[in-house]
Amino acid sequence: MTPLLEAEDLNVWFELPGGSELHAVRGISFELEPGERFGLVGESGCGKTTAMLTIMGLLPPNASVAGEVRLNGENILARGEESVSPHRWNDIAMVFQGAMNAFNPVQTVGAQIEEPMHLHGIAEGKMARRHVEELLERVGISKDRAARYPHEFSGGMRQRAAIAMALACEPKILLADEPTTALDVMVQAQILELLASLANDFDLALMLVTHDLPIVAQVCDRAAVMYAGEIAEAGTIDALYHTPRHPYTRLLFAAIPDLHAGGERVASIPGAPPRLDRPIVGCPFQPRCDKAFEPCPTVTPRLKRVGEAHDAACHLNDLVREATA
Amino acid sequence: MSAAIQGTAAAEGVDVSAARRPGSIRSVAFHEPTAIAGLAIIGIFVLIALLSPFLLPGDPKEKVGPIFEHPSASHPLGLDGGGADMVKLLIAGTRVSLLVGFCAALVSALIGGTVGLFSGFYGGKTDIALMRMTDYVIVIPDIPLMIVAAALFGRSLTNIIIIIGIIYWTTTARLIRAQVKSVRERVYVKRARALGAGNRRLIFKHVLPQVAPLLIANTVLLVAYAIFAETFITFLGLGDPSVISWGRLIENAFTDDAILNNAWWAIVPPGLCVTLVVLGATLFGQSLEDALNPRLRVGHLSVRRFKVRPLRGKLDSE
Amino acid sequence: MSTNGSGPLLEVEGLVARYPIGRGLVGALRREPTLSVRAVDGISFSLNRGEMLALVGESGCGKTSTAQSVLRLIETDGGSIRFDGQEITGLSASALRPLRRRMQIVYQDPYESLDPRFRVGATIEEPLEVHGIGSRSERQAEVRQALEVAGLTPPDLYIDRYPHELSGGQRQRVAIAASLVLHPELLVADEPVSMLDVSVRAGILSILDGLRDNGLAVLMITHDLSTAAHYADRIAVMYLGRIVEEGPTHEVIENPQHPYTRALLSVVPKRDPRDRSVPQILRGETPNSIHIPSGCRFHPRCPIAIAECKTVDPELRRPAASTDPAHRAACIRV
Repeated sequence: MTPLLEAEDLNVWFELPGGSELHAVRGISFELEPGERFGLVGESGCGKTTAMLTIMGLLPPNASVAGEVRLNGENILARGEESVSPHRWNDIAMVFQGAMNAFNPVQTVGAQIEEPMHLHGIAEGKMARRHVEELLERVGISKDRAARYPHEFSGGMRQRAAIAMALACEPKILLADEPTTALDVMVQAQILELLASLANDFDLALMLVTHDLPIVAQVCDRAAVMYAGEIAEAGTIDALYHTPRHPYTRLLFAAIPDLHAGGERVASIPGAPPRLDRPIVGCPFQPRCDKAFEPCPTVTPRLKRVGEAHDAACHLNDLVREATA
Repeated sequence: MSAAIQGTAAAEGVDVSAARRPGSIRSVAFHEPTAIAGLAIIGIFVLIALLSPFLLPGDPKEKVGPIFEHPSASHPLGLDGGGADMVKLLIAGTRVSLLVGFCAALVSALIGGTVGLFSGFYGGKTDIALMRMTDYVIVIPDIPLMIVAAALFGRSLTNIIIIIGIIYWTTTARLIRAQVKSVRERVYVKRARALGAGNRRLIFKHVLPQVAPLLIANTVLLVAYAIFAETFITFLGLGDPSVISWGRLIENAFTDDAILNNAWWAIVPPGLCVTLVVLGATLFGQSLEDALNPRLRVGHLSVRRFKVRPLRGKLDSE
Repeated sequence: MSTNGSGPLLEVEGLVARYPIGRGLVGALRREPTLSVRAVDGISFSLNRGEMLALVGESGCGKTSTAQSVLRLIETDGGSIRFDGQEITGLSASALRPLRRRMQIVYQDPYESLDPRFRVGATIEEPLEVHGIGSRSERQAEVRQALEVAGLTPPDLYIDRYPHELSGGQRQRVAIAASLVLHPELLVADEPVSMLDVSVRAGILSILDGLRDNGLAVLMITHDLSTAAHYADRIAVMYLGRIVEEGPTHEVIENPQHPYTRALLSVVPKRDPRDRSVPQILRGETPNSIHIPSGCRFHPRCPIAIAECKTVDPELRRPAASTDPAHRAACIRV
């Protein structure tokens, strides 16, 4: 069965003033099945947001892309903006980071949710308005609030409205970039619960991009951990947490203090990610890795299968393979 | 910095090559094409003004031929209504026009900057009082003010500089006030206050340096206004009769009936000079302001068309 | 006036801080009552030397306003704040100045809390300059030492850098160094790591943790219960301007009594996907602090509210099921 969304060997470069190039996404591949919940996790600068924006074709003019993004088998990046814009919002929609602050202050929330329906010819006039009211109710906002302005909504409600707006054209894929970052933990729980139930009811494939590992653990089935523009490890959340096969994944989980594990030491990773405007030799994580050994500084590890639907890019796995061969 | 430190710096993730501090004038002035163009134009005129004592042996108003003589090889821009060489007059005028322009702009910047600084920083009653005063000054019509001032205080260069200065400071005051209000709320200013710093330290060490680039950019724009203002003040006959400026040249051309004599070379060149300098100052000042004023950022509205590269062949074999 | 190190360093009682909201011209003409945001509505707590107290809660609960009030950065409208035995609520700006040396604050945003035009060395030296301490060379030595404590070694590598050349974690270390250079007795840390990447947080927090061994008292403001659970000695949970539960960390986390605390702890996302405990998600959002509900301010959202909760404003007292005498909760049902 063809996956709903597939990225193959995706690369993104940004031209910098002064002539150099930033290689922000360095050959990543992933798949999304219908109705699946997938998380793309990583810290700031790892390229996860860029990767997500590439799927939507929302890159600035100084960006260049190589690789394919296939929607139902068709490469939507083939001709750049031309081939990707018909699918925007209709098939793939996005809830942006800080979406709650991206509302037009002088238009009512209802009008703003209606707008994509008009633009894509989905619905007009009364039917559109009714559709908007249904969407609002579905995301937990009472329908009489459609005539209100964004400043009359709280942060959590605006995020719900942003989700409603993303669903306006009934897409099959919903991308969410840090959907709960600026929200309180209780509101975050509400929004995550909402996203999960919407994914169920509308049979949506959900792709969550975030630095917050625990929410991916809560909402997603599978995840990929990104570092320096590459995928370090990908697999089910259970596998990533209980049997990580990349030191970065292991350390990332260990860096999160757990509510009830009071005594255990919280890890921190010294140093910083490598610069992406220069070529990287060997493993990008090697300078900060606690388990680096002989091949790591010179040989770039490739993403290899290390278990059932579990891939990791680390030379240590070759040792394990040799040992068990 | 030693290589050892540089190496450690790279390992620690310190970006030592980021020499350009965001928001500094240097990062704009020498890299934006419009800024460079504007700076070049102004630079040429400043050079002429500085070299004028050497370029003009003797009195530029000296009669060297018949009035309104056509441009010729020996006098490329012809002669004016008094028979004096236009080129020499223009060079002499450059000095005065630029001088008045810069000085008046400085006066304006000083008044406007001070009013904006105190108004924005202290807020409350100080702010209300200063802004009310600003409103009154805005309302005063400039030409009648100039006429009255010329009649009362005489027509000297100093007076012109002062008059232009006290008319044009209001926009600067408002701009600086807005910027100061926003800088005052920045966390590092609050932190400095929290550790016990007094107002004077906060203003001069933290707020003013942050606001200075914008003030400088605005002052450059004020130069454009001031030079134009000097030109038309003089043209109206309110200028200092003893000095030559571009405005004076245009005024003379009119009073000497240059148009009736078809002597375009008596009117157009000084007008062109004013236009060029104003253009240069505007280009430079505007590009500085665009880069420094956060409210003017509209880059995100550009059409987004990214480029697609053909898939490269795999570089390593598995 | 000092109490020679005995007794708590900081004692807050009945603290109130309100922000009036303008009624506008029409409101004034109609004689509408002046409304105010009751950010801090009667808070009492104490903090000892060498102790870390975490004030946790969601946005609008008043934790940041409490921290700013304690440092006299905002005006208070009632209650008392005693620093080392001395009442500081009525002091003038000039009387407060010597006290400012003894209490410092680290802000949340490392990208905004450093003046972009100051080099790191100048930023850290500034507090010493402001208070006229030491000669130039003595100050330089203090700056170096502060950088070492903050983990920025070798100090020479960082002294001449500008903030934009440093990462978020490094900038926050600079901010900490700048707050330590005066050798304060109280440090308020307002969400010190919430804007930093996860992998660098522990490094920053361990600095604050280690400082307690030298007798520094730390008041940490955070919305992240996991961080509080791991580093703080005591936790106080705030809701709508009041403390609803407080006590030793282990007690509050493992044996929470107030229904709000229980709900909050249950919705913290767990990193272990096999942890299937059901989150208790409250409906609605925290009401604004202008119109505070009658009786117990949590009653509209409380899963165990009864009729009496609408009229009775509960006091902080030891719950029946607590296992520690210092544990308090404000709920009539526990």
